[in-house]
Amino acid sequence: MAGRIRNITVSEASRPILPRHAKLKFDQTRQVWVLLAPERVLAPDEIAVEVLRLCDGVHNVEQMVDHLAAKYTAERGAISADVVAMLQDLADKGFLTEAREKTS
Amino acid sequence: MSPTEANTNIAGVDPSDGLAVLEQRGSVAETFGIPLAVLAELTHRCPLQCPYCSNPVELERGGNELTTEEWKNVLTELAEIGVLQIHFSGGEPTARKDLVELVQHASDVGLYSNLITSAVLLTREKLSALADAGLCHVQISFQGNEPVLADRVAGFKGAHQKKIEVARWTRELDLPLTVNAVMHRQNLFQLPDIIQMALDMDADRLEVANVQYYGWALRNRAALMPSVAQIEETSRIVEQAQARLKGTLEIDYVVPDYYALRPKKCMGGWGRQFFNISPAGKILPCHAAESITGLEFLSVRSNHSIAWIWQNSDAFNRYRGTGWMPEPCKSCEFREVDFGGCRCQAFALTGDAGNTDPACTLSPMHEQIFKLAEQEAAGGSNRFLYRNFAGGTLEMDGDNGA
Repeated sequence: MAGRIRNITVSEASRPILPRHAKLKFDQTRQVWVLLAPERVLAPDEIAVEVLRLCDGVHNVEQMVDHLAAKYTAERGAISADVVAMLQDLADKGFLTEAREKTS
Repeated sequence: MSPTEANTNIAGVDPSDGLAVLEQRGSVAETFGIPLAVLAELTHRCPLQCPYCSNPVELERGGNELTTEEWKNVLTELAEIGVLQIHFSGGEPTARKDLVELVQHASDVGLYSNLITSAVLLTREKLSALADAGLCHVQISFQGNEPVLADRVAGFKGAHQKKIEVARWTRELDLPLTVNAVMHRQNLFQLPDIIQMALDMDADRLEVANVQYYGWALRNRAALMPSVAQIEETSRIVEQAQARLKGTLEIDYVVPDYYALRPKKCMGGWGRQFFNISPAGKILPCHAAESITGLEFLSVRSNHSIAWIWQNSDAFNRYRGTGWMPEPCKSCEFREVDFGGCRCQAFALTGDAGNTDPACTLSPMHEQIFKLAEQEAAGGSNRFLYRNFAGGTLEMDGDNGA
C-alpha cells in the first residue's frame, strides 16, 4: 500500500516527522503557533510546539525528552511519558508519521 | 504546563471548531475575528447534477466568474488578514483551467489548501500537478457505494467508477483523503457499505452528511427526506463505526436537523467564524445565503476590502450575535449555543430569515414542518429534479427513477 505508515507506535527510539498535510506554522495575526491539518486547526501549547518543531525525522524522541528534561529541570520519566502520549495521540489522528529507514 | 496538558488541550475541544480551540486558549482570535478557513466557490459549473447540490438554484454563469488574477488577489488578501486554510470548491473546482495556478498561489502566500471535488474531471497528471503545487488535502464526494444508484443520483454515467480511480491516485500521491457521502432516503441503506468503501480506499476521514434542505435539496425534499426510523438506524451505525474504527478512520456525522430537537449551530453562528466567496466574488455568510432576498452581499469587486465586508457590511451584521433575535430565541438559554439555527432555513420555510429556525422545537412552525417531513419520507416520489443551469430537469422514467 502506498502512503504513510498507519498506526505507528511511538517510543523513545522513534524519529517522528510531520507529514506534508500537517503543517506547523506561526500565525502572525493571532500570535500563536498552529498545526494545520485537513479541515482543522489545532493550537498546541508552548511545550507541544517545542516538541513538534523537533519532529523533523532526524531527532528521536529520546533526544526530545532529554532536551525538555534539561530545559525545564523536570523528572525525565514523567516528561517521557507525556511526550510519547502526546505524539501517539497525534499519530493516531494521522498528523504524525515516522521517518522511514533508509534502504541501501 | 506539561506536554500532557497540551495534549488534553488539543483533544479536549471539538477539533472541527478551530476557533473554539483558539478562543479557549485566550488568544486574540475572538468572536468575529477573521475566520481560520474560507470556502472559495471557484465556479458553479459542474458535470454532475446532484439533486441536493448546495449551490443556489440561481447558478452563477461562467462569464461572471472571477478571473485568475482576481482569485490570486483574493488569496493574497485572505492570507494577509489571517485566514489559514482555503477550501477550493464549486460547482466543480477542477472545471477551472487555472486551478493548479491558484493552488500554487495559495501555497506561495502560506495558505493550507483543500480540494473539494466530484473528481470526475481529474486525470492522474492533473492531480499530480496539484500535489506538486502544494495541495494539502483532497475531499471526494460519493453518491453511494455502487455505480447504479450513485450514477443515478449524480446524473452522470461512469461517475462512481471514476471517483474510485481518483481516490486511489490520491493515496498513491500520498495526499490525505476525505470521503464525503451525502446521505438521504434513497441511499441510507448503503451506509455500512460506504463505510467499508472508505476503509478500502484508505481514506483518513469520512463525512456522513445528511442532506440539509435548502436550495436544490428543498426542491427535492420529497424525494430525499429519510424517515425517523432510518435516521435512528443511521446514528446507531455511525456510532458503532466510530468506536470500532478509532485511530483508523475518523467519521464526522451531520444529522438532518428536521428531526432534531434543537437547531444546528449553522456556520458556527452567522458571521461568527465562517464566510465563503461565490464564483462572482461575493462574500457570503454561508453558501446558501444568496437565497435570502433583501440582503445585499458585497463583492471583492466592490471598493471594500474583504476584512471590511466581513466586519462592517449590513448583510453580515444583520444576524450576527444575539441582538437581532425575536422570541423565543431572545430569552432562550441556548441562544449562544445554536445562535438561533439557520437563517436560510428560517427564510425558506417561514418567509422571514429573522424568525426562529423551524428545526427548533420552540419554533411555532416546528410541529408542522416535522409532520410534513414524516409524510414526505413515507409517501414522497423518488423522482429527482436534477440540478442544472436551466432551473432543473425532472428525472425521466428511463433514468431508472422511482
